[in-house]
Amino acid sequence: MFQFDSETFRLKVGLADMLKGGVIMDVTNAEQAKIAEDAGAVAVMALERVPSDIRKEGGVARMANIGVIEAIMKTVSIPVMAKARIGHFTEARILEALGVDYIDESEVLTPADEENHIDKNDFKTPFVCGARNLGEALRRIGEGAAMIRTKGEAGSGNVVEAVRHMRSIIREMKRLTTVGPDELAREAKELQAPLELVEWVAKNGALPVPNFSAGGIATPADAALVMQLGAQAVFVGSGIFKSSDPAARASAIVQAAKNYDDPAKLLDVSRSLGDAMPGLDIAKIPESELLQKRGW
Amino acid sequence: MKTAGVLALQGDFEAHAAALKKVGLKVSFVRSADGLREVDGLVLPGGESTTMLKLLAHDGMMAPLRAFAETKPVFGTCAGVILLAREVSHPVQESLGVLDVSVERNAYGRQNESRIVALTPEEPYRQRTGADRIEAVFIRAPILRRTGPGVTVLARYQDTPVLVEQGNILAATFHPELTASTDVHALFAAKL
Repeated sequence: MFQFDSETFRLKVGLADMLKGGVIMDVTNAEQAKIAEDAGAVAVMALERVPSDIRKEGGVARMANIGVIEAIMKTVSIPVMAKARIGHFTEARILEALGVDYIDESEVLTPADEENHIDKNDFKTPFVCGARNLGEALRRIGEGAAMIRTKGEAGSGNVVEAVRHMRSIIREMKRLTTVGPDELAREAKELQAPLELVEWVAKNGALPVPNFSAGGIATPADAALVMQLGAQAVFVGSGIFKSSDPAARASAIVQAAKNYDDPAKLLDVSRSLGDAMPGLDIAKIPESELLQKRGW
Repeated sequence: MKTAGVLALQGDFEAHAAALKKVGLKVSFVRSADGLREVDGLVLPGGESTTMLKLLAHDGMMAPLRAFAETKPVFGTCAGVILLAREVSHPVQESLGVLDVSVERNAYGRQNESRIVALTPEEPYRQRTGADRIEAVFIRAPILRRTGPGVTVLARYQDTPVLVEQGNILAATFHPELTASTDVHALFAAKL
């Protein structure tokens, strides 16, 4: 039985609540973490290579080097997140022992298990997981994720997949609120999601955990777009440190997350930003290289 | 009906709005100095204080907010207390300086040290609220290392003050907005 009101789950969701309206930035070393914090990031995500480099260089992408994560934790006072491979519960246990504030069981890294995700209920450290649709989001929450983010297509610099995933999650939640109680078991079967979570969404029209967006966000306008669509905070990966002026772009995206519904302010923060990261046409990425297809 | 503002730059401002409505207040989200003119009191929510400082400075809100807190009821939780404090450590950072306390950020440790505890509040709190228990949610919480002579302690945890009052200012290092109880919010509402 899923424990919405257990103290552990409340604390996990509580930290996610504190990050709402903010920007979580991918960083690969302490210097970048400092730039992110100075720009107003609410948290940083420690990883070995940003997604666009993982995409370019290939090979197996694993949990970041512990020394790098430790250096980042020492350098900034904001929460530090780190990524573990899908299903790699020992990488997650190591990150928990290290004391990171959030673990991202992430499709950006090479999956360690193609059938099973980590049993996240069993951890004290909270987890965030990616999702493309409501069923996937609820499966992850059932396993114990305390924050959901769209998968989007990481490292693409193309926001189209994050938009697709956010619209899909919001649309499916709205639809569930119009479905009668006697039909929810069938909905749960269709969604391949736990019935009690489907019932919760049908009653509340929202996820029982914060709903953030990630995957391809590269500009202040991208961040504001996903916030308008219903994201409660944004993750920016390659978009900042693969741009020509990371500090300025990071600050501008922080402003955009706060002022997402104010076009005049968005115009103001979009000036003098230099070049955004180069973007990829999703249709030109071979199916086997799509990161969003990892996990289920 | 009085209107409570909630500083809505970043953080759990929606949870505060829900609690304030439950205690019978109208709620207005404050995102600029202009927004302060329309409210009778202001909540500074939980979130990341470093992020809030950047956003406040960018919008020129520090001075108007300080002026507001000097005359009107203000209630800070967690990051909100860090913004209100006279001195901030771990690391040292700017603040409004209106509440005579010294606060150490993330003083219990990282997220694994976050906790929910039941507190027995001090006598003045029990008299005013009629409640003899507070469920306190601490998330990467700060600790008040010093409180000035004008500061009244309403609740303690492990011998340090966690809920304090100084004139029109109420401050909690924990998150009453993340619990079902509205006792602490009612205390703030009574000031408006």
